[in-house]
Amino acid sequence: MGMKNSPKGPRNPLTTLLCVSTGAVILLLAIPLVTAQAPLVPLPAPPTAPPAPQPPRFVVVLDAAHGGDDPGGPLGSQPEKAFTLALSVRLRSLLGARGIQVLTTRESDATLDTNRRAEIANHANAQACLSLHASMTGTGIHVFVSALAPAPATRFPAWKTAQAASITRSLALAGLINATLKQAGMTVALGRTALPAVDSMTCPALAIEVAPDPSAGANPADSFSDPAYQARIAEALAAALLEWKTEAQQP
Amino acid sequence: MSARFQISRFRVPRFQTILFSVLVAASAIMGGLLWRQLDRAHQRLLTGEDSAPTQAPQVAPAEQATLLVANDADNSLLTQVETLPLPQDTGARARLILGKLLDLYAAPDAAHPVPGGSASIAQVFLLPAPTLPGEPKSAESKASGAPTATGPLLAVVNLTGTFAAGHPSGIETENLTLQSISGTLHANLPRVTEVRFLVDGQSRPTLAGHADLTGTYLAADAVPTEGAHP
Repeated sequence: MGMKNSPKGPRNPLTTLLCVSTGAVILLLAIPLVTAQAPLVPLPAPPTAPPAPQPPRFVVVLDAAHGGDDPGGPLGSQPEKAFTLALSVRLRSLLGARGIQVLTTRESDATLDTNRRAEIANHANAQACLSLHASMTGTGIHVFVSALAPAPATRFPAWKTAQAASITRSLALAGLINATLKQAGMTVALGRTALPAVDSMTCPALAIEVAPDPSAGANPADSFSDPAYQARIAEALAAALLEWKTEAQQP
Repeated sequence: MSARFQISRFRVPRFQTILFSVLVAASAIMGGLLWRQLDRAHQRLLTGEDSAPTQAPQVAPAEQATLLVANDADNSLLTQVETLPLPQDTGARARLILGKLLDLYAAPDAAHPVPGGSASIAQVFLLPAPTLPGEPKSAESKASGAPTATGPLLAVVNLTGTFAAGHPSGIETENLTLQSISGTLHANLPRVTEVRFLVDGQSRPTLAGHADLTGTYLAADAVPTEGAHP
């Protein structure tokens, strides 16, 4: 008969020490987990004055209508597409000099369909979009707002009526441009119209149609080749957009 | 004696000569008639597109029609009353009134010059105005699809391609043309609440590069209130 080792025999002191040490380590590791809600290191004191909020990004989209295969209407010796591009370039320079960020739909004689123009404007998340046109009909400057009825903003607006949510702001922009142009001594006519490119824009959008200068002589088409007339229009539009920017950045 | 007999034997009988002459004359007359008929048919073919009545029959009584005449100088629509004979059929009536409006625009001293005149209106169709899914639809209209006696109407104005090609390009001028047509229809046929435009029977993106022709115009929006611009 051999002798058996009993499991309830006296414990080795080394084993006891090992168990106690392991428990202490576990306890030390658990403390940060339990007190994770409270920071262990004191936070730096909050600054006395919060940093000034950044002004919202202000972008203007200039859409020179027509271009490429689409010449637009005839304006004496030049097509509409050439005049609108020249006005767009001039206005872009003036706005850039006033610190306004400008995005143009075209910088050359390129063909662009109306959907692409609206896409560019909508991606820019602009605060003002101007579609520039010209016509031999009437005189002065014609300012048009979309004929869509105002509608509340939705997360996914319909493409053809996207402008409906911005009609109120578009009307305000039209009023400001009307006042500025009249202040500059120009003849202005306001109207509503259904224009595919403008109707699909989500920004405050206007169609600006330049007609012959009422003070032009016997040949109204000469207005379009007169750099002074073009400069006067661009200066007035730039002044109006600068004021629009100031209004937009007021709290 | 025998020689004389032989000559008279080969002579053409008198009745045959007369018959031949009559037949030749009849052929000539028939040829002339056919030629004339052919010429008339050719003329009818050339003028076939204009064969629809563009003028009201003289027996129709003269009535007053209200036209909304566009003015390019101040981007406005002015009301003008004209007296002209109008048929009872509403479609023909609408076409005649719009023809008169476009005749004013084709005049040399027009305030809104657009070439073409009354021939630019190919057809005017009057249909029941489409209703929204939630709106009630009259049983009469639902059953027949034809215009009812009381419901709102959609006018489909079919313009000629010549008119669209000759229309001046520009937002203001194109807009005024469409608004004056819509407003004139509503002023004379108050049940016309919506207007759509086709060119040569087809849908078209714009009239002359600017004004949208793919949508429906609300006719009442074009009617100016006192002293207001559209």
